[in-house]
Amino acid sequence: VDSQVTCPWRSNLVRPRKHIKNCYATYSPFQATSSVEIIMFLFNLQELAGEMVLMFSLFSVSTKAPIQWEERSVTAIKGPSGRWMIPPEAKESMDKSKIGLKGPLKTPIAAGHPSMNLLLRKTFDLYANVRPCASIEGYKTPYDDVNLVTIRENTEGEYSGIEHVIVNGVVQSIKLITEKASKRIAEYAFEYARNNQRISVTAVHKANIMRMSDGLFLRKCREVAENYKDIKFTEMYLDTVCLNMVQDPTQFDVLVMPNLYGDILSDLCAGLIGGLGVTPSGNIGANGVAIFESVHGTAPDIAGKDLANPTALLLSAVMMLRHMGLHGYAKKIEMACFDTIRDKKVLTKDLGGNSKCSEFTNEICRRVQDMD
Amino acid sequence: MAAAIGGRINTIVKVLSGPWLQKLSSRSFTMSACFCTPEAPPARADSTFRVTMVPGDGVGPELMTAVKEVFKAGNVPVEFEEFHLSEVQNMASEEKLDQVLASMKNNRVAIKGKIHTPMEYKGELASYEMSLRRKLDLFANVVHVNSLPGYSTRHNNLDLVIIREQTEGEYSSLEHESVKGVIECLKIITREKSRRIAKFAFDYATKKGRSKVTAVHKANIMKLGDGLFLQNCAEVAELYPKIKYENMIIDNCCMQLVQNPYQFDVLVMPNLYGNIIDNLAAGLVGGAGVVPGESYSSEYAVFETGARHPFAQAVGRNIANPTAMLLSAANMLRHLSLEYHSQMVSEAVKRVIKQGKFMQCRVSMFICPGHILHETGTWMRSTKGESKGGVERVAAQWRTA
Repeated sequence: VDSQVTCPWRSNLVRPRKHIKNCYATYSPFQATSSVEIIMFLFNLQELAGEMVLMFSLFSVSTKAPIQWEERSVTAIKGPSGRWMIPPEAKESMDKSKIGLKGPLKTPIAAGHPSMNLLLRKTFDLYANVRPCASIEGYKTPYDDVNLVTIRENTEGEYSGIEHVIVNGVVQSIKLITEKASKRIAEYAFEYARNNQRISVTAVHKANIMRMSDGLFLRKCREVAENYKDIKFTEMYLDTVCLNMVQDPTQFDVLVMPNLYGDILSDLCAGLIGGLGVTPSGNIGANGVAIFESVHGTAPDIAGKDLANPTALLLSAVMMLRHMGLHGYAKKIEMACFDTIRDKKVLTKDLGGNSKCSEFTNEICRRVQDMD
Repeated sequence: MAAAIGGRINTIVKVLSGPWLQKLSSRSFTMSACFCTPEAPPARADSTFRVTMVPGDGVGPELMTAVKEVFKAGNVPVEFEEFHLSEVQNMASEEKLDQVLASMKNNRVAIKGKIHTPMEYKGELASYEMSLRRKLDLFANVVHVNSLPGYSTRHNNLDLVIIREQTEGEYSSLEHESVKGVIECLKIITREKSRRIAKFAFDYATKKGRSKVTAVHKANIMKLGDGLFLQNCAEVAELYPKIKYENMIIDNCCMQLVQNPYQFDVLVMPNLYGNIIDNLAAGLVGGAGVVPGESYSSEYAVFETGARHPFAQAVGRNIANPTAMLLSAANMLRHLSLEYHSQMVSEAVKRVIKQGKFMQCRVSMFICPGHILHETGTWMRSTKGESKGGVERVAAQWRTA
C-alpha cells in the first residue's frame, strides 16, 4: 500500500470539526423576543402523530420550556375555487405563531389530492429545507463521523407540479428554475454556513445535462459565493456527489441544491447515519416562518402500538428551540436524547432495543429533569 | 518432449473447443436479442473482429491503452477503429460524429470512454455524448454492480443490476427561458419508451435467471410523468409472472442502498435516477474505476464504464483504475462470442485484485495495469503454454511507469 498516493476525489479541506457544537441548528433572522412563544403542532390524528402528541405534552412539562402548544389537524380540503388548501384554523394559528412542529403526513402515490407537505411549503413559502445528518454515538452504521447538512430549495424545480399529457402516451413534466429562488437558497446556505461555523458549501447540480436550468442555479451560487469569501465554495455534479458520498461522506460539509436532488441526497445521507428515524428536518420560510418536522413516513403498521421512534421529531424540536434562540433548552434535550441512545438501556425497537415509545420518552424526560 | 507438449496443447485446445465452449458460443450474447435477430458482427475471413473505439476524454485514452495492451498480450482477435471525439479539446464535429456512426453501423460493437460534457451553455443544449446515444438509439444502459473478491468495502458480496432508460426523461435537452430569470426544463416520458425499457429489464431478468425487478420512480410528486413509467412497468410485469415485481421511490431507494443493498436484484428506472443510482452503487463496491457498464440499442452494443466520469484530474498520472474498462472489454469479448478470451481478461483482472496487488487510498483503489498483463500472461501459459517474454516485458514497462 502506497501511502503517498493522494486520492484525487478528495478535496484537501482541513476541517476542525470539533468546535461545531450545534449540528442541529438553523440560521434564522428570527429573534426570540418574548419569553413565551406559541407553537403550533400540526398532526394527523389517525397516524403515528398521536403518540408524538403524548410525548410532547410529557416533554414540555419536564423541560419547563416557555412553550405553549396549539394542536391543529391538517388535512387537505377543497377551497371554494376548487383548489386544494390547508384548513383555515391551521393557517391562522401558523400565521400567529410563525413556528410549527409537524408529525408525519401521508402522501398518496399517483392519485388524489396533492402532497400535504408540498401544500404546506407552498402556503407558507417555506423555501429552504435544512437536514442535518450527524453520526449518532452508540447507533452503529457502516459510516462514522458523518457530519453534514443538506440545504434544499423547496419551492420549485421538479416539484413545480406542472405536468401534462401532450398526446396520449407522451407526458411532459416541467422543471422550473428561477433566478430569484436560486439566489435566495444560495444566500441561505452561505448564511447558514457562516452562522454555524461551517467551512465549505458545495453546490450540487447537473448543469452538464440541464445546461440552462441547472446552469442558472449554479451561476447564482457562484455569484453569492463571491460575497462570502470566508466560506470555501465548491461545485459538483450530482452523480459525483453520490459516488463520493457513499465512499467518504466526511469530505462534505454544507450542500446546497435544487429540489429533487435535495430530496434524494438528504435521504441518502439519512441512510448513512441510520435512516429517517434519527434525522430531523427544518423548513425555513420567508418572514421568520418555520416548520420543523420528522420526515419519515406515517408507518401505519405500527401506529397506535406505542412502538414508534420519536428521535427524529425530538431532534426536530431541538432544531426548533435553537431557531427560536432557546439554546439552553435545546442543549439539555439534545444531550438527554443522545445519552439515552449511547447507554443503550432504553431504546425503541428500530434502534436495537426493546422498549416502547413512551418508555424511551420517559427516560429522556427523566434525564432532562436530572440536569436541573 | 516436443511431441508431448504438442499433445498437451492439443488436449487443452480440444478441451477449450469442447462441448462447453460450443454450448456457450451457441448461446446468444446480445441482450437485444429480444428486439431483433441476435446478430454479433460477422466474423471476417481472417477471423478478427473489428470494434469501434472512442477513447473520450480524461483518462479514457489511458484506459484504452490498457485494454489494447492486454488484448495484445492475450492475442485477442480484435481490431480497433479509433476515433477521438472530444468536446473539450475541440475535436468534435458533426463530421467526426458521422464517421463514428458509420463505423458503428459496420461494426455494431464499440468500446467507449466518457466524452466530457462541459457545462457552459453555448447555444447547443445537447452534448455529443447525448447525441451519440440518441442517434444510435442506445436506450438501455446496464450496469452490473458486483463486489470484487479480495477488495473489501463497507458492503461486500453485492450483486445487483441497474437498468436505465437513457434516451428521454430529464435528458431531453428541451429548455427555454420563458421570461428573464425563469427557466423551464422539460422532462419527457413516453409510453413507448417506458414500455421498451420495462420489457428489456424483464427480458434481462429472465435471461440471467434473476428473480426480482424493482422499478424506481418519483410518482408521488411527478404523478403523470413517473406515473406513466410506473404504470408501464406494472403492465409489463404482468407478462412475466415468474419474476417478482416491486416499486420504490427514488429517495427511499437511495437510502435503502446504503443501509441494506442486498434486498435488490434488478432495478429499472428513468434516465436521471439511473445516473444517480449507477454512481451510488458503484461507490458501494469501490468507486468509478471498478464497475463495468454497457449500453444497448436494438442493433448496437457499446461497452463503457459503469459510472461514467472523465476523471480529468488523473490524466497522465498513471493512477486511473483500468478494472472497469477491462471488465467491460471482457464483457465485450463475450458479446462477440470470444468466450475464451473474455474469461482470460476477466480472470486476469480478478486474480490481480484477489492477490491484493493494488494500492488503496481512502476511497478508491488504484491498480497497476502491469499486474494485469502479468496475470494475462500467466493465464495464457496455463492454458496454452505460450512464451511469456513479450508480455513480461510490457508488464515491466507498466510497472516502472
